[in-house]
Amino acid sequence: MPEGLATTHDAATHRALQHHFENMEQQREAASLGMWVFLVTEMMFFGGMFLAYTLYRYKYPEAFAAASNHLDIRLGGINTVVLIFSSFTMAMAVFYTQVGKRRNSIVCLLLTIVLGSTFLGIKAIEYRDKYRDSLIPGQLIPGRPFNPAVAKPGDTDEHKLHLAPGATVRNVELFYWIYFAMTGMHALHMIIGIGLLVTLTIMAWRGRYGPEYHAPIEISGLYWHFVDIVWIFLFPLLYLLGRHLGGHLG
Amino acid sequence: MSEHIVHPRVYIWIFLILMAGTALTVVAAYRDFPGPLNAVVALTIAVIKATLVVLYFMHVRYSPRLIRLVIAAALFWMALLFALTISDYSTRGWLPAM
Repeated sequence: MPEGLATTHDAATHRALQHHFENMEQQREAASLGMWVFLVTEMMFFGGMFLAYTLYRYKYPEAFAAASNHLDIRLGGINTVVLIFSSFTMAMAVFYTQVGKRRNSIVCLLLTIVLGSTFLGIKAIEYRDKYRDSLIPGQLIPGRPFNPAVAKPGDTDEHKLHLAPGATVRNVELFYWIYFAMTGMHALHMIIGIGLLVTLTIMAWRGRYGPEYHAPIEISGLYWHFVDIVWIFLFPLLYLLGRHLGGHLG
Repeated sequence: MSEHIVHPRVYIWIFLILMAGTALTVVAAYRDFPGPLNAVVALTIAVIKATLVVLYFMHVRYSPRLIRLVIAAALFWMALLFALTISDYSTRGWLPAM
């Protein structure tokens, strides 16, 4: 039989090897390539929103700085640490599967789920605070339109918006449209990611993965790291952009 | 099996660098740099962090070159998106309205 053709009578063929691949390594590389091509479409998806942010930030710098300062930097910062840590645990889950340590890999998958859920919980708290201050844009909440209280000079109430000259409430609302669109899409991706991780954990528990076959964990890891990268850009752009202008702003 | 297994030590180092980068980006955000430098600093740190995640957590450093080509294509596409759209908006006032 000519070299390179699939050895279908090979007794050592892994049960997860699909018939259209020659060997597990080729299958793994194809899976990886497929996930990367999907991530390219995700870059297009988020890229468009980053572009919208860029354009409006430069058109309405004062409003965007004030709106950004009004976000809770502590919650945003904690979320950044949580998410990067979850990327670490995800990478470790892949490693432990590669070296056959099933139990450790399951622990790491569970840790990643916990950290991802923590991120979503903190996001929920932030969203709830926005709801309370009537900062949810447009009429997304029927009966509670965008209507934040604007602080008068001298008022130090944290819940009120502190605007510099040139910033209008309408343009602040534009920031919040972008904030909710981008963090909302990001959170949706996190939810899907956690769904993937739960499935992986169950499959890992059943002993489906090992050093010869762990492509699903690896490519889910690619997805998870990508969602982390989106946040690595979102955090400075949304939360940090106006901090250097002074604490009174926002 | 020619798959490259990355040692956990690498992951730990990358994680610590990412933490340092996060702290740095927050500290830098509060210092007032001249002109647009605040944004430049923030984005530079973010790009470095993202590059580390891509190279090490996502194993691109140890991946076939085809993967790098795919990533390069995506970045090229994004560069076009940003360059052409921004140049459109930023030159809106250059010609009199017809």
